[in-house]
Amino acid sequence: MQKLLLLGDEAIAQAALDAGISGIYAYPGTPSTEIMEYVQASKQAEENNIHRQWSANEKTAIEAAIGMSYTGKRAIVCMKHVGLNVAADGFMNSAITGANGGLVILSADDPSMHSSQNEQDSRYYGKFAMIPIFEPSNQQEAYDITLAAFDFSEKYRIPVLLRVTTRLAHSRSGVICKNKRPQNEIKLPENPRQFILLPAIARKQYNELLEKQLHFEKEFETSPFNAYIDGKDKSMGIITSGIGFNYLMENYPDRVCPHPVLKITQYPLPTKLIARLADECESIMVIEEGYPIIEEQLRGLLNRCLTVKGRLEGSLPRVGELNANAVARALGLPDTQGEAIPEIVAPRPPALCLGCPHIDSYKALNEAMEPYGKGKVFADIGCYTLGALPPYNAIFSCVDMGASITMAKGASDAGLNPTVAVIGDSTFCHSGITSLFDCVMENTPITIIILDNSTTGMTGGQKSHGVGRLESICLGLGVEKEHIHMLNPLPNNHKQNTEIIKQELMYKGVSVIIPQRECVQTLKRRLRKQRK
Amino acid sequence: MNIDIILAGVGGQGILSIATIIGNTAVKQGLYLKQAEVHGMSQRGGDVQSHLRLSDKEIASDLIPTGKADIIISVEPMEALRYLPMLKPQGWVITNTNPFINIPNYPEESILMKRIEQLPHKIAINADKIAKDLGSARSSNMVILGATAPFLQLNYKDIEQTVTDTFLRKGQEVVDVNIACLNAGREFAMNK
Repeated sequence: MQKLLLLGDEAIAQAALDAGISGIYAYPGTPSTEIMEYVQASKQAEENNIHRQWSANEKTAIEAAIGMSYTGKRAIVCMKHVGLNVAADGFMNSAITGANGGLVILSADDPSMHSSQNEQDSRYYGKFAMIPIFEPSNQQEAYDITLAAFDFSEKYRIPVLLRVTTRLAHSRSGVICKNKRPQNEIKLPENPRQFILLPAIARKQYNELLEKQLHFEKEFETSPFNAYIDGKDKSMGIITSGIGFNYLMENYPDRVCPHPVLKITQYPLPTKLIARLADECESIMVIEEGYPIIEEQLRGLLNRCLTVKGRLEGSLPRVGELNANAVARALGLPDTQGEAIPEIVAPRPPALCLGCPHIDSYKALNEAMEPYGKGKVFADIGCYTLGALPPYNAIFSCVDMGASITMAKGASDAGLNPTVAVIGDSTFCHSGITSLFDCVMENTPITIIILDNSTTGMTGGQKSHGVGRLESICLGLGVEKEHIHMLNPLPNNHKQNTEIIKQELMYKGVSVIIPQRECVQTLKRRLRKQRK
Repeated sequence: MNIDIILAGVGGQGILSIATIIGNTAVKQGLYLKQAEVHGMSQRGGDVQSHLRLSDKEIASDLIPTGKADIIISVEPMEALRYLPMLKPQGWVITNTNPFINIPNYPEESILMKRIEQLPHKIAINADKIAKDLGSARSSNMVILGATAPFLQLNYKDIEQTVTDTFLRKGQEVVDVNIACLNAGREFAMNK
C-alpha cells in the first residue's frame, strides 16, 4: 500500500484513475482546478490513454462526460460550485437519463468566497436533481468515497454528485491508495431508449428515479460512510456533514465527543439514523459546511417538535466557512484567541502582476472613456476583474461567465452610450461567443474588448481554447472586418491603442478590440522551461 | 508530539517551498500531517498563508484554531504580524526582515521593526541579505527554514536530507548553496 501526500483534489483525481475512468472533463475553477491538473500530469493517465483535455465550459464538460458514460465507460467531470450553474441543464437531466458507465460529477464549493462571487451550496443541486451526494470529510475519505461513488453509480445507473469545499480541496494529507481497476469496455446501454428524454420516456424514467430514492436512503442508513458514534451526554446530539466533523473533533484533544454524533457523508439523508438521534437526545446541533440544508430539513417550516441548533438557528454563524473556534463557541467550550492584529498592518489585496498586459489595456481604456464618465464598462470573471480596484477603477460589473457582453448589450438596448464589455480570452470562449452573436444579430452599438493573454490566468495558466482563433471567431460570427482590431498592449503603444478605442467608441455598431499579449506568469514559466 | 505552524507571505514568494520541505521531513519520520494552502485569487500579490499541522496522532481540522499556533514563519515582516491572532501566548514568530512593498500604504519600516522587536518570542532575520551574501539571493526561504529548524522538533539531519533531495535535480552546486543557507539560518537562530 502506497501512502501519498495529496491535496483533497488530488486524492479525488488519483481515486478516479484507480477506479478506471476513461476520461476527465473540466473547466478550470478554484477550488476544483487541481483535479484535472493532477490527471494531466499523471503517468498512469498517460499510460492508459485517459482523455484529459480542458473543455470550453462546464456545460460542454458535463455533456461529454454523460456521452462517455453512455458508451459504458467511466467518466468524471469537475467544476467549481458556480460552474454547476452553467452545467445545470445537463446535470438535472442526467438524473432522468441515469448513467451507463460510472459517472461522477464533482462540484467544489467555496464558502467564505475566497475566489468566487457567491458561496452557494451544491448539495441543493443534488437534492433538486434527486442525485445522490457524497461529501467526504478528509483526504483519505475523499479517495475512498470517490471509488465508492463509481461503484454506486454503476450499481444504480445514476450519476453521483461529489461535493467538496475549499479547505478539503486545497489541504494536503497522507492518503493510502488501493488497487487499480481497468477501464470498462464499450458497452452501449441495455435499454436503447435510456438516453432519449422524449416526454413519454422521461415520465417513465422519472418514476424510476423516484423509486430509486428509497434504495439510496436504505443504502445510506447502513453505509460505513454514515457513522453513528454513540456518546454518554444525551442532552444534545450532533449531526455533522463533510469537514464539519473535523471542526467538532478538533475541540476534543483525545478525539472523543461526549455527545452522540451522526457523521453524514452520503445523501439523501438517512432518516432512521436521524430519528434515532432525535429520540435519544434532548436537542440536536447541526454542524455543516455551507448552507443549513440539513438543519432546514430537520426543523421543517413550523419547527414544533425538535430543538435544533445550527447555522439557521444562530448558534453557528450563518455565513462563511466554519472553523474549530466557531464550533467551540456553539458548544459552550472555551475559545482561544491570540493577540489582535497590530494597527500598522495594512490590507494587501490581490493585484495585477507587474508587467501584466491588462494594466496597459486598462490605462488605454480609462483614457478613452474619460469624456464619457464612469459606469459604462461591464466586465467579467478573471484576473482582469481586479481592474475594479484602485488604481484602475475601470470596470463596473462582474456577475457570471460571459455576462460582460450581454449586460453591456442590455445597457445599450436601454440607451446607455457608449457601452463597453471587457472579457478575457478564456471567458469569451467559455460563454461570451453566444453573447457576441446576439449583438451581431441586432448590430448593437457596443465596444467589446477581448483581453487576450492566451491563457486561463486566474486559475494558474491553463490552456485556453481561444489561442490564435479569436479574430476568426469574431469574423465568423459576422463582426465587420474593419471593426475588429488587434492591439499589442505595451506602454510604447499606449497612444495609438487609446486612439483606436476612442474611434470605435463612436461607432454605432459592434466593434471588437483584441489587445493580445501573453500572460507574464505563463511567459515566465515558458522561458524557464526553455532554459532547461 | 504536536506542532502547528502558520506560514505567511505574499502571493508569489513561495511559502509553499518551506511547507513542502517541513512536510516531507515529517512524513519520513512517520508523523501525521495536514497542510492547508491558498490557491486562486489571493496568489496574485495578495497576502497568503498556509496552515501546517504535524502530529504523532491523527489530526482533525485542516485549519489551526485561532490562538493555538506554535509558530508563525513569515517570509515578510508585515505579514508576520497579520497572523498574531493565530498564535499561542507562548508561541514563536520567525520572520524575514526584508519588506515586500507592493501597496501604497505599507507601514514605515522603522515602526514596523519596532513592533516586531516588541514580540516576546521572535527571531527576526534578514534572510535576503544572508542568502545574497552566500551567493544565491533566491534561497532566502532556506535561510528562514534554517532559522525555524531549532523549533520544529524534527531531526535536523533529516531536514538537511530533504533539502538535498529537493534540489538534487538542479545539480550539486544548487544543493550546496541551499544547505549553506539552511545552516546559516539555523546558526542565527541558535545564537539568539
